[in-house]
Amino acid sequence: MNTNIAVKDKPRKNALVLFIHKLGSPPWFYDFTGKFIPWLWLIFVGLAAWALYLGLVRGPADYLQGESVRIIYLHVPAAWASLLIYASMAVMAFIALVWRIRIVEILAMCSAPIGAAFTIVTLTAGSLWGRPTWGTYWVWDARLTSELVLLFLYLGVIGLYNAIDEPRKAARAACLLAIVGAVNLPIIHYSVKWWNTLHQGSSVSLLGGSSIDASILWPMLIMAFAVKFYYLANLLTRARVRLLEQDLRKGWVKDVVREQRP
Amino acid sequence: MNPEYAGGSLSGAFAALVRRDLLLAFRRRTELLFPVIFLLVVISLFPLGIGPSPQLLARIAPGVIWIAALLATVISLDALFRSDFEDGTLEQFVISGHPLTLIALAKIATHWLVAGLPIVLLSPLLALWMNLPTESLSVMVVTLALGTPILSLIGSIGVGLTISLKRGGQLLSLLVFPLYVPILIIATAAVMAASDGLPYTQFLGLLIAGLITSVTLAPFAAAAALKISLS
Amino acid sequence: MLSALKITLERYFQPVFQPVSFDLEAGGLLLVTGANGCGKTTLIRVLTGVLHPSSGRLSNRARGMAYVGHYLAIKDDLSVIENLRFARDFIGTSERRVGEVIHEVGLDRVAEQLARTLSAGQRKRCALARLLLSKNELWLLDEPYSNLDQEGVALVDTMLTRHLEGGGACVLATHGAHRPAWRGTHDYELLSGAAA
Repeated sequence: MNTNIAVKDKPRKNALVLFIHKLGSPPWFYDFTGKFIPWLWLIFVGLAAWALYLGLVRGPADYLQGESVRIIYLHVPAAWASLLIYASMAVMAFIALVWRIRIVEILAMCSAPIGAAFTIVTLTAGSLWGRPTWGTYWVWDARLTSELVLLFLYLGVIGLYNAIDEPRKAARAACLLAIVGAVNLPIIHYSVKWWNTLHQGSSVSLLGGSSIDASILWPMLIMAFAVKFYYLANLLTRARVRLLEQDLRKGWVKDVVREQRP
Repeated sequence: MNPEYAGGSLSGAFAALVRRDLLLAFRRRTELLFPVIFLLVVISLFPLGIGPSPQLLARIAPGVIWIAALLATVISLDALFRSDFEDGTLEQFVISGHPLTLIALAKIATHWLVAGLPIVLLSPLLALWMNLPTESLSVMVVTLALGTPILSLIGSIGVGLTISLKRGGQLLSLLVFPLYVPILIIATAAVMAASDGLPYTQFLGLLIAGLITSVTLAPFAAAAALKISLS
Repeated sequence: MLSALKITLERYFQPVFQPVSFDLEAGGLLLVTGANGCGKTTLIRVLTGVLHPSSGRLSNRARGMAYVGHYLAIKDDLSVIENLRFARDFIGTSERRVGEVIHEVGLDRVAEQLARTLSAGQRKRCALARLLLSKNELWLLDEPYSNLDQEGVALVDTMLTRHLEGGGACVLATHGAHRPAWRGTHDYELLSGAAA
């Protein structure tokens, strides 16, 4: 009788809460993500190859911008990813700060270098495209300037995380900064956009025309998806390594090493 | 809470803190001049580096004065929580039970009075140096009066985050400059509009909105940052 | 008044001290002893609430808490009187006059001097004076005897006895050179987390 009551009184957790609880346990997270990281990498490679084939081999050159328009398949997906990763980092940072879940802290912190890399790709691709189009590598165009500020925000998070010695404290401080940055990011974005129109009028942009031809749109969208898989795969790979480093002296890591699990 | 044990009023604590910080600033009053002197030096470098052409100086004056004010603020910000953090006072504040948010607000307000206000008061002189048209001089002063408190408020978050680092100053500028971008854009746009004889009140409205938002939000973030730094 | 259940704190993913459990009631003195580096200061900072324990439960039902740590929270540019006046105004309520408290801790002669001119022992006395300004049920003292002369040590003991007799409680961390004489003393030997 008693045991029945006990079972009844136990709060019932729905599948999602249970899943989050499980994710919070390092060994479970390590094993669970280890299973599908290879698949994520595989999907990324497949999608990226398909997008590049469509874009670079099959697709036509633009009649105005010529071959240089093909940079769009790198530039635009990278720009989207850099923003999306910042948003996802900020959401995870919030969860990490409020509920003090270490794995989410790690995920947020491992997002920062990936996002920063995408801003660098965006900026590099943008200026390479700018050379034939604008005749110069750098124009203080609204999109590029926003992206540059975004890079600084990322560097701030990474810098703070690495400057503070104690890893948990460093992660919490950097998480707070990420949230502050996320609150400011829309304001920064719109003020830069507005500043640009104020000073020089909008310049030719990579996403120039109002309507984009399907031959350009599809490879771009596929690449955008591929990049998201890259983010997930890279993030989980980094997070697993970080987790191993942090728990080096804990039992479960010793098990992993002894059994030579991947 | 039992009144015999309960802490005192919040306004009393706020006033006591402001009074103490002003007294401390007065005891070290030569240090109050440092940001002001920094500002003067930076501004005077521009004509030397760019040339004394009055038209050119007038054109870049809003940006130059604002950027110099921004740099001077960031330099002075490190002192905001430094001594209270290092001598254990901040821990006592946390333990006192008074909300750290309001303590942070009191410290930011005092800091602006001793470090931000002198910049505002000095700005007419700087504007004259830079050949800023007289009609936009008052707008310059107003944007600084509205903008420098925002700089202090947003900066306090960065200071809170870097205070536990021995040399947090350089990192601080990386953390806060991106957040200062909108203020810089709006404030200089206002002054330029005034110079060109265009309407500028909408920009001042934006600055006021920014000030209200940062007064309500920034102290919370600064308090959270300080708690993390204390741990 | 203050109870801890298996509290731990991790730094660099290593526990600083082994799990701490105790239950402190009014009139109780918890004497935390242990070797250098075993985490006494960290434990006291966890008890103040400044540090968040990594695991375990801490419940503090004390009405008012006062803490004297290694950093004494004294402003060099203010005199002894000014330091204590600020402490009084900041806390808001004071049951004793600042002058009385200064007399009690034996700082009359230097009351008007800037704190930077004080010796280490005098600074300690100034920080201890803050305990007397307002009534706090729980005192958390981290090495209160350090830097004090014989007379100062006796002063701490007198203050402590009066506080505990009045229904207060105290956690006192010391490396063990001197122990206060109080019948309700519970010894707690803190063990370093690395020793596990």
